[in-house]
Amino acid sequence: MDVLRRSFLTLSLLAALDASSPLRAEPASIVVASTTSTEQSGLFKHILPLFKQKTGIEVKVVALGTGQALDAARRGDADVVLVHDRPAEDKFVAEGFAKGRQDVMYNDFVLIGPKDDPAGIRGKGVDEAFRKIAASKAPFVSRGDRSGTHSAELRSWKEAGVDLTAVRGDWYRDVGQGMGPALNTASSLGAYILADRGTWLSFKNRGDLTILVEGGKRLFNPYGVMLVNPDKHPSVKVKEGQAFIEWLVSPEGQKAIADYKINGEPLFFPSAKKG
Amino acid sequence: MSQTLQETFSRLWTLDRDVLAIAWLSLRVSLTAVGIGLLLGVPLGALIAVARFPGRNALVGLLNTFMGLPPVIVGLILYLALSRSGPLGALGLLFTPTAMVAAQAVLATPLVAALTRQVIADADAHLGEQLRSLRLSAPRRAGVLIYDARFSLFTAALAAFGRAISEIGAVLVVGGNIDGHTRTMTTAISLETQKGDLSLALALGAVLMGLVLAVNAAAALLRGHAVKAYG
Amino acid sequence: MSAAPAIHLENVSLTLGGRPILDRLGLDVAAAGITALIGPNGAGKSVTLRVIDGLLQPDSGIVRLAPGRRAFVFQRPALVRASAAANVALGLIPLNLSRRARTERIEAALARVGLSDRAGDAATRFSGGEQQRLALARAWAMRPDLLLLDEPTASLDPSATETIESLIVEMARAGTAVLLVSHNLGQVARLANETIVLAGGRAVERGPTRSVLFSPRTAEARAYLTGELPWTSFAAAS
Repeated sequence: MDVLRRSFLTLSLLAALDASSPLRAEPASIVVASTTSTEQSGLFKHILPLFKQKTGIEVKVVALGTGQALDAARRGDADVVLVHDRPAEDKFVAEGFAKGRQDVMYNDFVLIGPKDDPAGIRGKGVDEAFRKIAASKAPFVSRGDRSGTHSAELRSWKEAGVDLTAVRGDWYRDVGQGMGPALNTASSLGAYILADRGTWLSFKNRGDLTILVEGGKRLFNPYGVMLVNPDKHPSVKVKEGQAFIEWLVSPEGQKAIADYKINGEPLFFPSAKKG
Repeated sequence: MSQTLQETFSRLWTLDRDVLAIAWLSLRVSLTAVGIGLLLGVPLGALIAVARFPGRNALVGLLNTFMGLPPVIVGLILYLALSRSGPLGALGLLFTPTAMVAAQAVLATPLVAALTRQVIADADAHLGEQLRSLRLSAPRRAGVLIYDARFSLFTAALAAFGRAISEIGAVLVVGGNIDGHTRTMTTAISLETQKGDLSLALALGAVLMGLVLAVNAAAALLRGHAVKAYG
Repeated sequence: MSAAPAIHLENVSLTLGGRPILDRLGLDVAAAGITALIGPNGAGKSVTLRVIDGLLQPDSGIVRLAPGRRAFVFQRPALVRASAAANVALGLIPLNLSRRARTERIEAALARVGLSDRAGDAATRFSGGEQQRLALARAWAMRPDLLLLDEPTASLDPSATETIESLIVEMARAGTAVLLVSHNLGQVARLANETIVLAGGRAVERGPTRSVLFSPRTAEARAYLTGELPWTSFAAAS
């Protein structure tokens, strides 16, 4: 039938259109599983072109929560992970999914809330601030997505001596989403929220929110990088993945991280051990 | 609100080549998926319309179920299949445009098949007796009816395109929303919304609407010509 | 009849949607010439054609057909949104002709119905008369042994009707057995050698056309013809 021939032609054309990308000689590339905070802060858009220019390796970043990113790597769907939840990272290494972990950079978490500050936490210590929020039952937005930020938030309640399961109520909004959507929710609710400074600085829909507590060392947020163990997943691109990690911790990579600023403010601070 | 809208319009003029590349990828992925959906769904729907065979009702039920399947479920199932630890992991297709095409094709095919079944059943009511009298086999009759109803099947193609280009659940999960590689209009809009850049998200949304409008207009034009020629 | 009949029905019954349509119908259609099937609306004429063609399965009874090819022309021509030539070609698919033989037959068929110069035009854009000519051209191209016609000129103007009728006669002369369902008794009188009257799902009368039309023997046939014939007095007189 005429119709079959014609539709077949059209479809082969379409298929050719699609095939044009995988068949094209692609540059070497790796998949990096990372966190929404690094992606949404804009850091990768700044540093990856520099790395590609130097090595020709294309880095494809899949942004997930830290927990999801590590799971994707466990399944072998990433070559490198760059995340920020130290206990989870150590577990990943202990399970043998990576042979080691390296410090890359850090920033810090900040406690954000509405300018009128109904719980009265402005300028207070971190523990006191969390206790006051719980006591006043002022709205608080939690990521609730097993991300590094979520882990840090849960640790903070614990360290402040707040038994979350006991005081949890309507005021505690568990949104189960990335940093951006959680900030959007907090902004529209006028709620408190724990955020990483990088995402906060690049976040545009702030509304009435502002930084109320800066924890310094207490809310330290370190990022680590790991090459997925090729013994577990032979598909891992060891050479290219290793090149990326080495560049990140090299003086050149560290400078690229330090140079990324929004309104003159750096978002991440290099922390690789020298040598 | 009005400020956001004003910003949206001003940003429409400054959308850069990145946006063009994203729009082109969206178009390419969704059109390919619809092409595959047509290749599989049209013959399937037409055969269901003209042939009587055991299990036909079950097949129709299955199609209708698949038609209502949330994209994110399709994405998740395909993700598990294409993951390095999954049965198709060796293909290395996860986080590629090909995986996104596959996911959207899974979404498009049942929709095309179900709509085709309806269109062909209508054509069969008019022509079926004559075709059976000519002793044509069921596949042959399906082919003739597809040809006869080819302009009405445009509607099925457009509906499938609409479902494909506007979905986010499946492409996000199997594509990974990788900048410059698997970022589509919908995942880009979602990302900008998450970053709180609502005016850019809206500007991208306007581009997406423009794309859909352009494809629909082209199809309507083509269909108009065809209908004028064949009635 | 010297030869075996083209169609032999015996005790054929069929119920559709709870309504009995055919009631132990028995009839024979001659292997040559034109046989008309007439009767009031609802008598089961169209259903009989469909049972003969195999489009409907009877609940019981015997349907015996002489071996050979059948063609069916419907009251409303069923044409595909394609060229006139493609619509004729449709009927030739099961014949597995060579490309050349197929083209020749299509051209001859279109020429016969006066549509040669419109071979490439969209058939669905044709007038009613042209569409029915095309449907008949399709049947003609198949060179059937048996031609079933279901009121082929019901909605056509006189000149289109004339073309169709001459074509039917020509096919009958070439050896095709024709079974014609028609309400147009003038047409029946012009074309048919034999006529069968159907009423209530049964064949109530069969005979040479003239004698059936002008001197029906059964009350049912008389009742129908009285209603249909303009020259009622003839029927009433007999």
